[in-house]
Amino acid sequence: MKILVTVKEIAEVEDDFEIDGLGIDEAYLEYDLNEWDDYAVEEAVQIAEAGDDVEVVSVTIGPERSEETIRMALAKGADRAIRVWDDAFEDVQLLDVAAKTRLFAAVVEQEQPDLVLTGVQASDDGFGATGVSVADEVGFEWAAVVNKLELDADSGVANVRRELEGGVEELTEVDLPAVFTIQTGINDPRYASLRGIRQAQRKEIAPMGLAELGLDASALDSPIELTGMSEPESESDATIFEGDAEGAAAQLAEILREKGVGAQ
Amino acid sequence: MTVLAVADHRRGDLRDVSYELVTAGRQVADATGGDLHVAVISGDIDGFAENLNLAGVDTVHTVENGEEFNHDVYAGAVEALYADVEPTVLLMPNSVNGLDYAPAVANALDLPLVSDAVDFDYDDGLTATREMYGSKVETTVDVDAERVAVTIRGGEWPAAVDAGDAEISAFDYSPDGELGSRVLGFEEVAGGDVDITDADVLVSVGRGIEEEENLELVEELADALGATLSSSRPIVDAGWLPPNRQVGQSGKVVTPDVYLAVGISGAVQHVAGMKGSDTIVAINTDPNAPIFDIADYGIVGDLFDVVPALIEQFS
Ligand SMILES: Cc1cc2nc3c(=O)[nH]c(=O)nc-3n(C[C@H](O)[C@H](O)[C@H](O)COP(=O)(O)OP(=O)(O)OC[C@H]3O[C@@H](n4cnc5c(N)ncnc54)[C@H](O)[C@@H]3O)c2cc1C
Repeated sequence: MKILVTVKEIAEVEDDFEIDGLGIDEAYLEYDLNEWDDYAVEEAVQIAEAGDDVEVVSVTIGPERSEETIRMALAKGADRAIRVWDDAFEDVQLLDVAAKTRLFAAVVEQEQPDLVLTGVQASDDGFGATGVSVADEVGFEWAAVVNKLELDADSGVANVRRELEGGVEELTEVDLPAVFTIQTGINDPRYASLRGIRQAQRKEIAPMGLAELGLDASALDSPIELTGMSEPESESDATIFEGDAEGAAAQLAEILREKGVGAQ
Repeated sequence: MTVLAVADHRRGDLRDVSYELVTAGRQVADATGGDLHVAVISGDIDGFAENLNLAGVDTVHTVENGEEFNHDVYAGAVEALYADVEPTVLLMPNSVNGLDYAPAVANALDLPLVSDAVDFDYDDGLTATREMYGSKVETTVDVDAERVAVTIRGGEWPAAVDAGDAEISAFDYSPDGELGSRVLGFEEVAGGDVDITDADVLVSVGRGIEEEENLELVEELADALGATLSSSRPIVDAGWLPPNRQVGQSGKVVTPDVYLAVGISGAVQHVAGMKGSDTIVAINTDPNAPIFDIADYGIVGDLFDVVPALIEQFS
């Protein structure tokens, strides 16, 4: 069996930052593996550890810098990695869901996995749509927001739990091959061991350009254009208690007492 | 132009976002003097149609098919309705079910998808407002296409309430062939020892606490305040507190007199569960954390300094 896991290097903005036009200056950004993808990688690796002959391939779309992130997936147990990038990406202002779908669908065509795992969403752009969109494109079944996954490869189905709102879970049987978008909490992602990190250095990260995927620059075209970026105007009328911790705590304590807190 | 909005329901009830979709749909339709069509798929469609017959809705399409949500049915039905109604804007909810069918529909119909919109405007094309980086940044996106699919964030538009006189129209759709996924049932996440929805005062702890052993500090604070301990999701994901303590969209909705958010950023899915609290207090090192937007009182500071000082105040 082959499992393809999509991973994304996400940008996190620091506490203090400035917006410059349609972006945030690199100086205020830190890069990391998307939290939801970390759980997807762990799920794939656990399936591989439990079964014979399971290959885990992780794939990312990103510049050279993102190899650092995809190496985390390799260090945690993915067998090999693919990084999709091309000079044509340099001019792309926003890679929308459709463009990502075309790229990942081309990778699925080449790799022919039995299972694709993605995160529910990426914490930076927050589209929350790529996994299900790819499923439709490649003709796989799918389930979104999965917090439990049991494969029954012999009968060609997976039993999943989808985490709905308000503490309710949906139990669903899904035909394979399928794409599952993984919710945090489904497992306990491991830290990469030193040995894993060393091994990851020797694992393959195959670069793939548009041509190798049978695509051209038009695959990146998007009718969605980013036209504005700003710090949300705070409608907050919060009273912020200033001063050192003791001073601020004393002021807050006064308010809390007024509200009857601690008065029994 | 025409707008088609797809309602959301579960276990016999329309979900709030269905009424919000009507308001949002009317907002785009008004921008061009267009019609608003609403679709409701599966379940008690007649009862739902009655509830969705709201002012501003021109037509309610009902699709009979099973009791509950199934994404294969939803995707197929919406695609068929789309072909019939030919809407310029297709609106769906960014709910957990929306996440499970809207992207497939957009892809199948070759529509650009703007997900999790918090506002929009229509003039020649759609301009939508979205958030990025965990609500720290707000963006606008312009869609240069004749037709577009949009999913809206729950709680951003007021719910439509006034009754209307829409045409109710049954739409015949049945999926062809076997469904690739089958919903087998539902389960409530276990209750457990404490019901956080009963508490008057909640001390809620988030990822800012860093380590499991540090939880003791907030437990001590909860004790000193006579409060119940709750948390954001990462604390439950890590197994440091049981699921019945989780506040938020997938956790519990709470409405205590006082909600003290300690080291919680205020992600939209967390806020969904606690914004109805009477008084919200936030302790966070990041002055830009979205939690301060809904807080009544706040301290910008390190919880490892502030919490001990607060315990001191109450002991
Ligand atoms: C479908 C779905 C459903 C979800 N349901 C829920 C849900 O029900 N409930 C929920 O909570 N989340 C839910 N989430 C997850 C949600 O998106 C966030 O990931 C989560 O709420 C973040 O939790 P947090 O605020 O504790 O952590 P973070 O976002 O990491 O925030 C930690 C905060 O702590 C502050 N901090 C750090 N150190 C300190 C310090 N020393 N002193 C003071 N402050 C400090 C930081 O500035 C930061 O603001 C859901 C997500 C999805 C996709």
